[in-house]
Amino acid sequence: MSSTDISLHKDVHLGHDDHHDDHDHDQSFIEKYIFSQDHKVIAKQFLFAGIFWAVIGGLLSSLFRMQLGFPEATFTFLEPILGKWVDGGKLNPEFYLALVTMHGTIMVFFVLTAGLSGTFSNFLIPLQIGARDMASGFMNMLSFWFFFLASVIMFYSLFLETGPAAGGWTVYPPLSALPQAISGSGAGMTMWLVSMALFIVSQLLGGVNYITTVINMRTRGLSMTKLPLTIWAFFLTAVLGLLAFPVLFSAALLLIFDRSFGTSFFLSDIYVAGEALTHTGGSPVLFQHLFWFLGHPEVYIVILPTFGIVSEIIATNSRKPIFGYRAMIGSMLGIALLSFVVWAHHMFVSGMNPFLGSVFMFLTLIIAVPSAVKVFNWIATLWRGNINFTTAMLFSVAFVSLFISGGVTGIILGNSALDIQLHDTYFVVAHFHLVMGSAAFFGMYAGVYHWFPKMFGRMMEEKLGYLHFWITFACVYLIFMPMHYIGIAGFPRRYYTWTGFETFNKFMDMNTFITIAAIVAFAAQFLFLFNFIYSIFRGRRATENPWKSNTLEWTTPVNPGHGNWPGPLPVVYRWPYDYSKPGAPEDFIPQNVPFSQTQSSNLPHERDTE
Amino acid sequence: MITIAVALSILLLLVTLYLLFKIQVLASIFKGSYRRDIGTSNKVNAGLFLAFLVVMGALFVWSFASSKEEMTLPLASEHGIAIDSMFWLTMAIIGFVFVLTHILLFVYSYKYQHKEGKRAYYYPHNNKIEIIWTVIPAVVMALLVFSGWKTWAKITSPAPDNAVVVEVMGKQFNWLIRYPGADNKLGHVKHTLIDATNEFGIDLNDKNAQDDFPAEPSAFHVPKGVPVLLKIRARDVIHSVFLPHFRVKMDAVPGMPTSFWFIPTKTTSEMQSETGNANFQYELACTEVCGRGHFAMKMTMIVDEPEEYQKWVAAQQQKTFSTQLQAAPADSTAAVALNSTSGAAGAGATASKQ
Ligand code: HEM
Ligand SMILES: [Cu+2]
Ligand SMILES: [Cu+2]
Repeated sequence: MSSTDISLHKDVHLGHDDHHDDHDHDQSFIEKYIFSQDHKVIAKQFLFAGIFWAVIGGLLSSLFRMQLGFPEATFTFLEPILGKWVDGGKLNPEFYLALVTMHGTIMVFFVLTAGLSGTFSNFLIPLQIGARDMASGFMNMLSFWFFFLASVIMFYSLFLETGPAAGGWTVYPPLSALPQAISGSGAGMTMWLVSMALFIVSQLLGGVNYITTVINMRTRGLSMTKLPLTIWAFFLTAVLGLLAFPVLFSAALLLIFDRSFGTSFFLSDIYVAGEALTHTGGSPVLFQHLFWFLGHPEVYIVILPTFGIVSEIIATNSRKPIFGYRAMIGSMLGIALLSFVVWAHHMFVSGMNPFLGSVFMFLTLIIAVPSAVKVFNWIATLWRGNINFTTAMLFSVAFVSLFISGGVTGIILGNSALDIQLHDTYFVVAHFHLVMGSAAFFGMYAGVYHWFPKMFGRMMEEKLGYLHFWITFACVYLIFMPMHYIGIAGFPRRYYTWTGFETFNKFMDMNTFITIAAIVAFAAQFLFLFNFIYSIFRGRRATENPWKSNTLEWTTPVNPGHGNWPGPLPVVYRWPYDYSKPGAPEDFIPQNVPFSQTQSSNLPHERDTE
Repeated sequence: MITIAVALSILLLLVTLYLLFKIQVLASIFKGSYRRDIGTSNKVNAGLFLAFLVVMGALFVWSFASSKEEMTLPLASEHGIAIDSMFWLTMAIIGFVFVLTHILLFVYSYKYQHKEGKRAYYYPHNNKIEIIWTVIPAVVMALLVFSGWKTWAKITSPAPDNAVVVEVMGKQFNWLIRYPGADNKLGHVKHTLIDATNEFGIDLNDKNAQDDFPAEPSAFHVPKGVPVLLKIRARDVIHSVFLPHFRVKMDAVPGMPTSFWFIPTKTTSEMQSETGNANFQYELACTEVCGRGHFAMKMTMIVDEPEEYQKWVAAQQQKTFSTQLQAAPADSTAAVALNSTSGAAGAGATASKQ
C-alpha cells in the first residue's frame, strides 16, 4: 500500500508540495472544468447533470399526475407547449405512457444511479481514503462523457415526432419491439436502447475505477475494517453494477437484434396491426429474467450509496459511533449478495413455473432480515446521542423513516401468494416510491447538504434547508401513503384513467389530493435549487471541518485543490467513528490522530498501539 | 384572468420569500463568519419530529380507517379467502413493526436532541442485542414464508379435471373469449391463420375446434361453485388478466400460453344484493402495459348459478366458430361485431382511435 501512494504522490507533485496551488494554473479552462480528470470536478459534473435530470423527471411526473388527479379537466394551456400530444385539452394516452416511461427511466438510471453514485462515489472515495485522485482520471472523465452522450440522446428522444419510448421503464418486449404496437417503440425506443448502452459503458468505466481505487489506493493505515461506511457502500454498489449492468447490456443488444435484424429472441407467434409476423420460438419471459437480473440489483445500486451516506451523517450528528459497525458492513454484504438471487419476485405472475415462485419468495423474504438489522442499528445510533439537527441530519432521519415505511410492504409483495392481487397495482408503486424513490432522494439531499461545504467551500443556507425538508417530508407521505389504499383496492398502474371501470371508479378525491401534494412537493424542490445555486456563489464561507467530523475529507483545505492534500497524504490510525469517546477532551477524534496523542481516551485494546 | 391572478400571487409569494431570505442572510452575516450555534432551530426541529409523528400518525390512522371500506374489494373466490386473511395478518405484523420503529425513531430524535454540556454515550456495539434483532425478524420471515408457500402451492396446483375451461385471449385493445364446447377441448390455433374474421386463428381442420364457440363481445359467463380454468394467451403484446374480486391475476404472453384456475363463490346477482348495487358487475382488467388502450381493456365476467350457466351454454353453443366462419368468409359484419373494439366500449373512445 505505502509504495503505491508514495509513487503516486511523486507523480502528482514532484517536489512542489508547498506551492501546490500553483499547479492548477497550468491548466486551461477546458482542462480544468470541462474535460477535467479531477474527481471533484467530475463529481460536480455528475451532480449538475443529475439535478438537471431530476427537474425533467419531476416535471414529467407533475404532468401525468395532473391527468390522474383531474381526469375530466381539459388542459388547453398545455397545447402550446406539447403540441399534438394534447388534443382538445386531452392528453394523448400514448403520450401519457411515454411520460410514465421516461419518468421511470430518468429517475432510476439518470438521477438515482448516475447522479447519486457519480456524485458521491467520485467525490468521496479519494477524499475519504486519502488518495490524490481516482485510479484512472482519464477513465473517470470518459465515464462522465459517456453519460453525457447518453443523456443527450435520451433528451433528444423526448422531442421525436413519434415520441420517446413508451412501454414502461422495464421496456418489456414485444411492446417495446414493435413500432406497430405503440409509436414510442419506433425511433424513441431505438434511442432509448442506444442511450442505455452508452449509459452502461459509463457505469462500467466508473465502477471499475471505484473498485480499483478503493482496493489499491487507501492511504497508510486505512485497512478495510477502518473504512467509513460510505466507502463500503460505494464499493459494493460498484461491484453490483459491474456484475449486473452487462446483463442489461446483453438484453438490450438482443432486443436491438429483434427490432432491427429480424431475430426472435423475445418474439414468437405474433399477429399485430393486421399482419402475422414471422418470428417464432422467442420468449418474452426471457427478457424479463434478463431485465430483472439487472433490475433488482439496480434498486440496491440506488439505495446502497445512501445507506453509506446516511450512516455517516447519523453518526456524525448524533455525536456517537455508528452502532454495530461490523453488522452494518455484514448486512450490506448480505444485501449485495442476496440482491442477485431475488430477481424473479418481479415475475410471480409472468407465467413462469410456480416452483420458481416458491424459491424466489423464500430468497426474497431473507433479504428483509439484513434490511431490518440496518434500521435497528440506525435507531440504536440515535439512542442516547447528542443530536445536532443539521439539514443533512433531518434528511437522514427521514430517510430511515421512509426506508421503513417502504420496506415493510416489500414483505407483502415478496410473498408470491399475496403478490397475485397486488402485482402491477398502485401498491407496488407506493412500495418502491417510498423505499427507493423517496428514500434514495432523501439520502442524496442529505449528502448534498452535508458535503456542500467541501464541494464548494461555502455553506448552504440552513433555514431554507429546513423549510425545504419539512415541506418535502410531509408531502412525500401525503403522496405515497394513500397510494397503498388505492393499490389495495386493485387500481392498476400505468392507467391513463380509471373511470372506465366501475370497480375503480372511486377514490377520485384521493387521487386529486395526491396530485396536489405532488405538485407542492415538486414546487418545494425549487427552494433547494435556489439555495443550492445561491450558496455556491453567495453562501457563507465554510470552515475546514464544519460538522466536526472524523473522516479524512475534513482534513483537506476548505477548497481542496488538485491532489486534495497540499502536504503529504494523511495517515490513518483509527476507525472513523470515535465520537464522544469517554476521556477525550473533544467529542470527536479524527481518523488521522494517532493513539499516542489520545492516551486519556484509549480503550484497553488500543493501548498497545500508543 | 384566473391564470394571471394565480401567476401574480405566485410571483408575490416568491418575492416575499426572497426578501425574508435576504433579511435572514444579512442578519447572520452581521453575526460574523460561519460558526454554527446549536440553538433554537435544533429544538424546533426536534419538536417538529415529535409533532410529525403525532400529526401524520393520526392522519394515517384516520385516513386508513375511513378508506378501509372503500379499499377492501368484496371477495368472490375460494382461494381469495386464504389470500385475504394472510394479507391482513401480514399487514398487522408489518403495521406493528412500522409503528414501533417510528415511535422509537422520532421519540429518540426528540429526546436525544443536543443539550449544552451533555455528551453522547459511546456505545459502538452489543453483540447480544444484534443477534436478538437478527434472529427475531428471521423467525417471523420464516413463518410468513411457510404460510405463503402453502397458499401459493395450493393456488398454483394443477386444475382439477372437472374444471370448466375458458380461453381468454388478450389483444390490442380488448379481450376475446373462447369456450371449448361439448368435448371440453379447445381446438388448435395458429397465429398465421388470424384475419379479420378468424380473430383467434382457429384451425378449422382440427376436429376439437368444430364445437368451440365464443362468448358475447362484452361479457362471458362462468358457473359458481365449480373450478374454472382460464387458459390465457395473447396474440400481439403482453397483457395481463386481472379479476380483482377473485384475487386472480396472470399475464397473457404471446407465444407462451398460461393458465389460472379458481372457484367462484358468489354469483353476480348475489354480489349485487350483497353490495346493494344493482348494477354491480365483475370486471376483468388488463394489468400489463400494452399500448394506448391499456386502461380500457375491460371485459365483464358474469358468474351464474350452474343451471343458468348450462342454459347459457346451450344457447351460445349454437353459434360455433365453424358455422360463423363458414357462413361468412372474409368480411362479414357478424364477425366484426363479434370481436373488434367492443370490449373497450364504455371506457373512453380515445382508446380505440388508433
Ligand atoms: C424489504 C425488502 C424488500 C422486499 C422483500 C421487496 C420486494 C419487492 C417485490 C416482491 C416487488 C415486486 C412487486 C410486484 O411487481 O408485484 C418489489 C418491487 C419493487 N421494489 Fe422492492 N422489496 C424490498 C425492498 C426494496 C428496496 C430496498 C428497493 C429499492 C431501493 C426496492 C425497489 C423496488 C422497485 C423499484 C420495485 C418495482 C419495480 C417495477 O415493477 O417497476 N424494493 N419489491
Ligand atoms: Cu426486486
Ligand atoms: Cu394492457
